[in-house]
Amino acid sequence: MPVPRCSGPCGGARPAALRRPRTGGAVCRTCFCSAFEAEVLSTLQTGRLLPPGAVVAVGASGGKDSTVLAHVLQVLDARHALGLDLRLVAVDEGIGGYRDAALAAVRRQAARWQLPLTVVAYAELFGGWTMDEVARRAAQEPGRARACCTFCGVLRRRALEEGAQRVGATHIVTGHNADDMAETVLMNFLRGDAGRLARGGTLGSPGEGGALPRCRPLQFASQKEIVLYAHFQELDYFSEECVYAPEAFRGHVRDLLKALEAARPSVVLDLVHSAERLALAPAARPPPPGACIRCGALASRSLCQACALLDGLNRGRPRLAIGKGRKGLGEEGEREGCTSKTRGRPTLAGAIQAF
Amino acid sequence: MCQVGEDYGGPGPAELQPKLPWRGCEQKCMKCKEGLPVLIIRAGDAFCKDCFKAYYIHKFRAMLGKNRLIFPGEKVLLAWSGGPSSSSMIWQVQEGLSRESAKRLRFVPGVIYVDEGAVCGQSLEERAKTVAEMKLILQTVGFPYHIVSLEEVFNLPASVLQPVSQGPQGPENTYKEAVDGFIQQQQRLPEEGGQEAALSDELRRLSTRDPVGPEEAAGDSLPRPAQSTALTTLFSSVKTLTAKEELLQTLRAHLILHTARLHGYSKVMLGDSCTRLAIKLMTNLALGRGAFLAWDTGFSDDRHGDVVLLRPMRDYTLKEIAFYNRMFGVPSVFTPAIDTKAPEKASIHRLMESFILRLQAQFPSTISTVYRTSEKLVKAPRNGGAAGPVPTRCLLCMCTLDIDSADSATAFGAQTLEHLSQKPTPPPGAPGRPCCTRGTELPRACCRGPQPASQREEPRASFIEQLCYSCRVNMKDVPFLEPLPPYILTEAQCRRQRAWVKQEIQEFLFEESEGEDPDGN
Repeated sequence: MPVPRCSGPCGGARPAALRRPRTGGAVCRTCFCSAFEAEVLSTLQTGRLLPPGAVVAVGASGGKDSTVLAHVLQVLDARHALGLDLRLVAVDEGIGGYRDAALAAVRRQAARWQLPLTVVAYAELFGGWTMDEVARRAAQEPGRARACCTFCGVLRRRALEEGAQRVGATHIVTGHNADDMAETVLMNFLRGDAGRLARGGTLGSPGEGGALPRCRPLQFASQKEIVLYAHFQELDYFSEECVYAPEAFRGHVRDLLKALEAARPSVVLDLVHSAERLALAPAARPPPPGACIRCGALASRSLCQACALLDGLNRGRPRLAIGKGRKGLGEEGEREGCTSKTRGRPTLAGAIQAF
Repeated sequence: MCQVGEDYGGPGPAELQPKLPWRGCEQKCMKCKEGLPVLIIRAGDAFCKDCFKAYYIHKFRAMLGKNRLIFPGEKVLLAWSGGPSSSSMIWQVQEGLSRESAKRLRFVPGVIYVDEGAVCGQSLEERAKTVAEMKLILQTVGFPYHIVSLEEVFNLPASVLQPVSQGPQGPENTYKEAVDGFIQQQQRLPEEGGQEAALSDELRRLSTRDPVGPEEAAGDSLPRPAQSTALTTLFSSVKTLTAKEELLQTLRAHLILHTARLHGYSKVMLGDSCTRLAIKLMTNLALGRGAFLAWDTGFSDDRHGDVVLLRPMRDYTLKEIAFYNRMFGVPSVFTPAIDTKAPEKASIHRLMESFILRLQAQFPSTISTVYRTSEKLVKAPRNGGAAGPVPTRCLLCMCTLDIDSADSATAFGAQTLEHLSQKPTPPPGAPGRPCCTRGTELPRACCRGPQPASQREEPRASFIEQLCYSCRVNMKDVPFLEPLPPYILTEAQCRRQRAWVKQEIQEFLFEESEGEDPDGN
């Protein structure tokens, strides 16, 4: 097949290097990278995500999304004088054989871009619990899935907040891309999570009750383009899957999304558009959040989800705060004979963390 | 449901067996505690035949009773595809109207069957055979019926696409008044017939171009070969099965709407089951119809104003329907659909259907969860009613446009930008530069022959501007406008002219006062 010329702004001066997955247009490497950067810049500007002078904590996992995010933000900041003060915050979940390698990638990136890096560890923040320890404990309940990603997602959100506070950040940015958003809206429907559907669809949260404002500048970038961009910029990132990920329900939805995308390339953004436009009854919207009685973090109930999960772990009942776990608890409680202990606590049904 | 194999509101499939020992003959119906159970609906609830029938009938009546939207004496059109759900719906209506029923349903039903054989790969003989089979069933039902072939879309008037605004009705009082009025009126029966005839005459006058009327009444309208060819041309020009399916649904909806208006039906009942609606919800979500889910899947759909669509079967699962139809001999007719025999990955619709059904087999609460979530959706724009003067409606699906401005931080804005960055800076048609690379969805003007770009592209651009987000995405797979039925093109032209005229005279007009409707509707 002959290589077509670039149909981008260079006007065919160079041969095309790729086809953009969504538009199908053949563009050269330079035109693609500048278009990708321009699109992220446009998201930042039209969404008024990061004001000048913002101290931005970039949630860095070492993976492709956060690597590209940190790189693009640095490039845009230098080129357009956005006045951003970027800091990398990485979370060490304590997953042997996976996180150590990823953290090494983050360290290399920080050194390459000369950005300050802060690592916060689960073990240090959550009273000695590492993800491996959590997984081991969760596996002790017979006949149940371990729900690793549920724990990890909630705790990581909390850890990132903590890390950002430590570096004196005013904003948190994460590398969630359009595919992540599309998966999330599908999952929220499949789980019947109306509260999250009502809240979702925006570019982030404005920051309320002491929590830092969060945003996702890559929300409209497709995963494929992020990989392509990282490839052309020769970014060094860690691309292995977490050892616990194969168990996650998200995997089903991810497969579906890939198949949908093959049938219609624009489906990811179509789903994001749908999420932006969903209108839910006022009763489905969650009440304004309060503060956790234990740690003071943002919470929609008396305990924040992280504290509730840790509480369950510390009591040796890991599933206490997961989904409709309480319902199942009654059945199993007789065997263990300690139901009365949990009576006083508020119901935490439906509080599964999406990320 | 965050984890594979995790229980979600009940035991997982693996745990199901030991907890539900089959107790064989000793088990009794959970309702009457006497009858021999014949089937298990939901986890472990065994029903005997009589109790199942009562339960099934009650569900239908409860759905209508709860919503109170059908007034006594109102004409209701039942949309019948021949499939199990809509067949069961017709039987439920018949049951509700039969004399044995203690509380009779008081509306006046009619049935419409849309013959889509031309686009579903049926030959003329097969279509004639199907229609004959349909007629046989319809005659035993005894309701007036309309058999319309999809080719009729080429005869539709442009008025189909103009929403008729209906004044807001006070819900409760008007309903009671209407019931009382109906009971009084029933004592003067002969007059009623005359009134109705006058009304339908008036409606007939409303539609200016209507060569189909008499043929339809005869119920025997063989499609003209030229129109069959035109329909086949249209559908074969559409590039993906997803867009074909959506186009078919749009045309079918217009045809049913027109038939309803023509014959004075003010309600249309659709046979969507709970299973179907859950699949439809997820499909439409993926098609970018997030703003319209409440209309697309809710009990009532009032987007057309004068004709309201209802979905009374939305509480039944497909399984319940299949069992009922089998036990009580409800006949249904198999007709191939547009995606019959298509591979699973051929369209968004097929993919979503098999995904949901597969998940349902693994997690038995999937469909009911999606369905219950859909009930929390409301028919309103997301951020309250930022009510402009008259909301612009999509030319095809007739929903209020959900288009963001091109420079907004939204999925739509991002796509607009993506297309802009694609445009080369030098003037188009520069020598040596290949144009219209295969794979770009919009064939560029340069490959369209000698006509100047502006003349060819302008109608298409203005056509696209009249569509909602989802219909715009679909139109990317419809490369040519010309094969579309004339009523769509006429209305598009009309709207474009109206917009142009409005723009022309805008500067000479005074600001209109608040309460007035600028279009005079």
